[in-house]
Amino acid sequence: MIPAEFDYEAPESLEEAIRMLHENGEDAKLLAGGHSLLPLMKLRLAAPTVLIDLRRIPGLHGIQRENGSWRLGPMTRHADLQDAQELGVVARAASLIADQQVRNRGTIGGSLAHGDPASDLPTVLLATEGEVTARGTGGQRTIAAADLFQDFLTTSLAHDEVITEVRLPAMDGYGFGYEKFTRRAEDWAMVGVCALVKKADDGSCEDVRIGLTHMASTPLRASAAEEALRGQGLDAESIARAAEQAAEGTEPPGDLNATPDYKRHLARTLTGRALREAAGL
Amino acid sequence: MSTVEQPATRGDGFVGRAMKRKEDPRMITGRGNYIDDLALPGTLWAALVRSPEAHAKIVSIDKSAAEERSDVVGVFTHEDLKGDFAAPMPMVWDPPGMEVNTPEHWPLAGGEVKHVGDPVAIVIGTDRYGVVDAAEGVIVEYEPLPAVVDPEAALEDGSPLVWEQFGTNKTHEWSIAGGDVEAAFADADVVVKQRLVNHRTAGAPIETRGCIADPRGDRVTLYSATQIPHIARFVISLVTGIPEDKLRVVAPDVGGAFGSKINVFAEEVLAVVLARRLGRPVKWIESRSENMAVVHHGRDQIDYVEFAAKRDGTVTGCRVRVVADLGAYYLQLTPWIPQLGFPVATGCYRMPNIDLKFEGVFTNKFPTDAIRGAGRPEATHWIELMINKVAEELGMDPLELRRKNFIPKEEFPFTTPLEITYDSGDYHGTLDKLLQNLDLDAFRREQAELRERGVYRGVGFSTYVEVCGLAPSRAVGPQGVGIQGAGWESAMVRVSPSGTATVYTGTSPHGQGHDTGFAQIAADRLGLDPENVEVIHGDTDQGPWGWDTYGSRTLAVGGEAVARAAQKVQAKAKRICAAMLEAAPEDIELVDNKFQVRGSPDKAWTMAEIAGAAHIPPQELPADIEPGLEETSFYDPENFVFPFGAHACVVEVDADTGKVDIVRYLSVDDCGPAINPMLIDGQVHGGVAHAIGQALYEQVIYDESGQLVTGTFVDYALPTAAELPSFETDRTETPSPVNTLGVKGVGEAGTIAASPAVTAAVMDALKPLGVTWLDMPLTPMRVWQAIQEAQGGGDGPRRTEQARDLDEHAGGSAGSGPTGPEEGGAS
Amino acid sequence: MSVNVRVQIAVNGVKQELEVEPRLLLVHLLRDRLGLTGTHVGCDTTNCGACTVHLNGEAVKSCTVLAAQADGAQVTTIEGLAADGGLHPLQEAFWEHHGLQCGYCTPGMIMAAADLLERNPNPSEQEVRHGLEGNLCRCTGYHNIVKAVMAAAGSARAGAAAPAPAGAGEEVAR
Repeated sequence: MIPAEFDYEAPESLEEAIRMLHENGEDAKLLAGGHSLLPLMKLRLAAPTVLIDLRRIPGLHGIQRENGSWRLGPMTRHADLQDAQELGVVARAASLIADQQVRNRGTIGGSLAHGDPASDLPTVLLATEGEVTARGTGGQRTIAAADLFQDFLTTSLAHDEVITEVRLPAMDGYGFGYEKFTRRAEDWAMVGVCALVKKADDGSCEDVRIGLTHMASTPLRASAAEEALRGQGLDAESIARAAEQAAEGTEPPGDLNATPDYKRHLARTLTGRALREAAGL
Repeated sequence: MSTVEQPATRGDGFVGRAMKRKEDPRMITGRGNYIDDLALPGTLWAALVRSPEAHAKIVSIDKSAAEERSDVVGVFTHEDLKGDFAAPMPMVWDPPGMEVNTPEHWPLAGGEVKHVGDPVAIVIGTDRYGVVDAAEGVIVEYEPLPAVVDPEAALEDGSPLVWEQFGTNKTHEWSIAGGDVEAAFADADVVVKQRLVNHRTAGAPIETRGCIADPRGDRVTLYSATQIPHIARFVISLVTGIPEDKLRVVAPDVGGAFGSKINVFAEEVLAVVLARRLGRPVKWIESRSENMAVVHHGRDQIDYVEFAAKRDGTVTGCRVRVVADLGAYYLQLTPWIPQLGFPVATGCYRMPNIDLKFEGVFTNKFPTDAIRGAGRPEATHWIELMINKVAEELGMDPLELRRKNFIPKEEFPFTTPLEITYDSGDYHGTLDKLLQNLDLDAFRREQAELRERGVYRGVGFSTYVEVCGLAPSRAVGPQGVGIQGAGWESAMVRVSPSGTATVYTGTSPHGQGHDTGFAQIAADRLGLDPENVEVIHGDTDQGPWGWDTYGSRTLAVGGEAVARAAQKVQAKAKRICAAMLEAAPEDIELVDNKFQVRGSPDKAWTMAEIAGAAHIPPQELPADIEPGLEETSFYDPENFVFPFGAHACVVEVDADTGKVDIVRYLSVDDCGPAINPMLIDGQVHGGVAHAIGQALYEQVIYDESGQLVTGTFVDYALPTAAELPSFETDRTETPSPVNTLGVKGVGEAGTIAASPAVTAAVMDALKPLGVTWLDMPLTPMRVWQAIQEAQGGGDGPRRTEQARDLDEHAGGSAGSGPTGPEEGGAS
Repeated sequence: MSVNVRVQIAVNGVKQELEVEPRLLLVHLLRDRLGLTGTHVGCDTTNCGACTVHLNGEAVKSCTVLAAQADGAQVTTIEGLAADGGLHPLQEAFWEHHGLQCGYCTPGMIMAAADLLERNPNPSEQEVRHGLEGNLCRCTGYHNIVKAVMAAAGSARAGAAAPAPAGAGEEVAR
């Protein structure tokens, strides 16, 4: 219940935050909404010695549309995303995170930087082929979703890098579905599936993206299932055949609630459901 | 059994009304007074150093880092404190004529730790946060020993022993039988057998435990989030050697308990001992992680059950062997709790022959003890599911089978083969009402239609009888089942000079609504409004000694004591009134809150006027009437009470994922005449939700090495509002002849009833898929695995969602659809 | 030892300035420093919601907010939900419909429900149930809590005069 001691900084500029991160080394952690980090600290599973709170830094909030993409400030909260229906699958996935109190604090940047494979927004970023912009002492760079998530709670962000922007293709013309399977409403996903489907004029599948939550130590794309559907007619049969491929090649970690076999089965079942919704069936 | 006379003393008729609770205004405004809300000047904080090992020798304890901190007052181990204890923590079941292997249990472990979370040291300091840091700094070196976690493995030869000195992990064996079971099984047309696992659960009140011990002069006051202030004072006196009169225990507002605050725990004893040593208040507030690890768990037994029946559906007998996992130590009643279901092990049925055997087992886990229902949910679970299995075997409708074997209402009081006398009942009545409310025929039609579309719904039933109102002292006491205690209850009713009343009860609430219900009972008998009746409890310095709250005893024992004390006050008020109005006491009647001479409403006094005369006696008051208006009753019930009812659960199972949703939940409960029907409904809602939690979501899990896997609310899955339905509750009222109120308890009834109804509903839903048995908790994975197993039997392809889609689009049928021997049959 | 930080915070409309340890949780600031013990703690993993308060007008779990993070914020607790001496419609409804037993989850439940009705003044039963998924109750089975929240929504719809919130935090626009 009680975190170990740490020092607290709330810098007013990004530069200052980056400097503090750099100077304090590996024991410093960024604090956004704190809803991934603080629970770990309260159980003393994490014990950073310095927390650098981003709350005072201007320009890290907000949702903007630009050139077919959504630019999201990393401090944009799940509650803001949930209310922005125009964000489509992002809003849907955000609305399914934990509970309202958590959504009122948790942020997209925090969720992506934490890199929990059981979290929903990393999967959405991966499925939409979004990217993050990060700034650190080495300058600014853009990291594609596929390169961001490296392992369990591990991203390719350098220790002194701060996510300054999240960019998500708007996916205009795509239908979407997000299926999250939990024991209880407020739980993390046992398995989650993000599906995006673009129909060609003839009704066939022009493009499809399928992201899997909690099927590995990072979010995954169900590439075999995508391959199986892309260019095919969009009907229950083709979707069912594609969904059968959803767990192809996955080695999901088993836990209290689900064995790897059961997770693979869930991935197939939920992929079918998410695809049907995305395809408007 | 004699029937107690039930006088018509319903003054102004507050009893029976759904009155809003007196407790609520403070609680809805944040002005409740829970344990952590208490702040005393100079308070020191306590934190425990706990074992990360399930079984280990303590090699060394290095306190130096903690002791060097400026905010630490002291670090204490068993060695440091053993001189402060007069006796180990007691276990109070000492059955006549048999041995229970009973290990010594000290507040801190010395020598060896026996489970994860076993406390090895306590840190006392000035800062709430600082003591947690300090406790982390205490270095304990352990030498791990082999741990045993599975209770059946623990009984095998060669198993590691939790306690070497007994040479076995078996704690005890207790049997009871009635009738001639051997003959019943020899003559049976059918015998059904099943091994049931009733898994370990947690009480999980939202408020954890906590306490403050406050030393003043030669006394210590212990404020504690407890169900049992009176018993706690007695037990703490025993362990610490502090005379009972030098101890005061106060239970403030208690944020739920469900049995989990029914024990005196090590931390309470340590707080008292250290407060006395250090001369300052010592406060300890449990974290949720501690609460999951070091508050007793419930259930955790394996039941081997056999039922015998005749072809015509007469259930003739049962044989049950229970293997109960008791954990590493005993709390006050740990080894007794599994047996608590025995009085109702014949269920609502005639069941003329029965043989029960209970074996307890030590394992390297935290002890089990009473959690809501305690022994009775386990018994009800096996009885109700086995009745279904008998019906299945005979090809009979399980509800018909129940009706055929129910004890008819004319036969009450009914003495069972175990010599238990059920007080009153109408089992057909509750079931009939339930079926009316459910409309079973409509459900079966809907179920069949939905199955055609691959939607699996099912209904399950539970017709239960429960034993509560703990307890008739002679039945449970040293010469009864062997508990070194009793079960009577006290109440004192005091009318003040201005005519308001204070009721002191020996029971100690934690959410039940005693303040409201007891005020209603007293108000009717005193001619007062419940607004003017204050109910005081949970303070051993106020009111007579009592036996606290558990076992659905509040109303049937504690409420009856209130009624009797209030009745005595009424009798005295009538004498005073009669003397003042120059009438005979027997001619005074209480009508519309006035004491009046029968037939002369103009000659009437209010309670305020009588109270005035009682406290400031006028000349006219005869000298043989003592002043004051205050009476006490000590009520020891002659028998238990036996609430009963019928519950139904309708579920929908997602056969593709195994997820179970509750579509409807209906109950008809009978706990005698309602004092406050709103409170009864509330108890049923919570009780049913608790059992749904066990049936579908909750399980305490230790891994093979004895590590607790479900150590937080992330992994121990209490259901949220989103998982539960609205409940359709209903009642019948069959008075109990045991007490003057005619009442029975209802706090545990929902929990006792619900788990077999939920489980049977899921099995009914999955019958077409060939699933014939499920042990709780019915998690999605477990249900899915059961479906896979059943389908693996080669009964043709299963109609999964994807297969259906393929069928529909291929224009043909890939399988034969739902198949099952008795599709549409009753569950 | 860590360096203490200064926190300015308005709680139930009253401005406070305190020096706190960086690790002090908002819930402990409210309870142990300000004596507002109506906000409870029921778990250590952000599950139970007993500690729910409003931070700048929205429900948060105050066990998972550092006091330092609340610097400059407006906080409303159960003690400040209703106008002086009165009851908020949700408090009335919880009382009327027996929406509490032990009362421990109640303040958090009411604060969460207030946020829910702010977001969705006319919820269905399922929306209420999902809206309260971050708050655990062990006593009521949620039945009467859901009933109370529906009733409070109904009474608001019926135009019952809801007392203006005393907490300044309530006035912050979403």
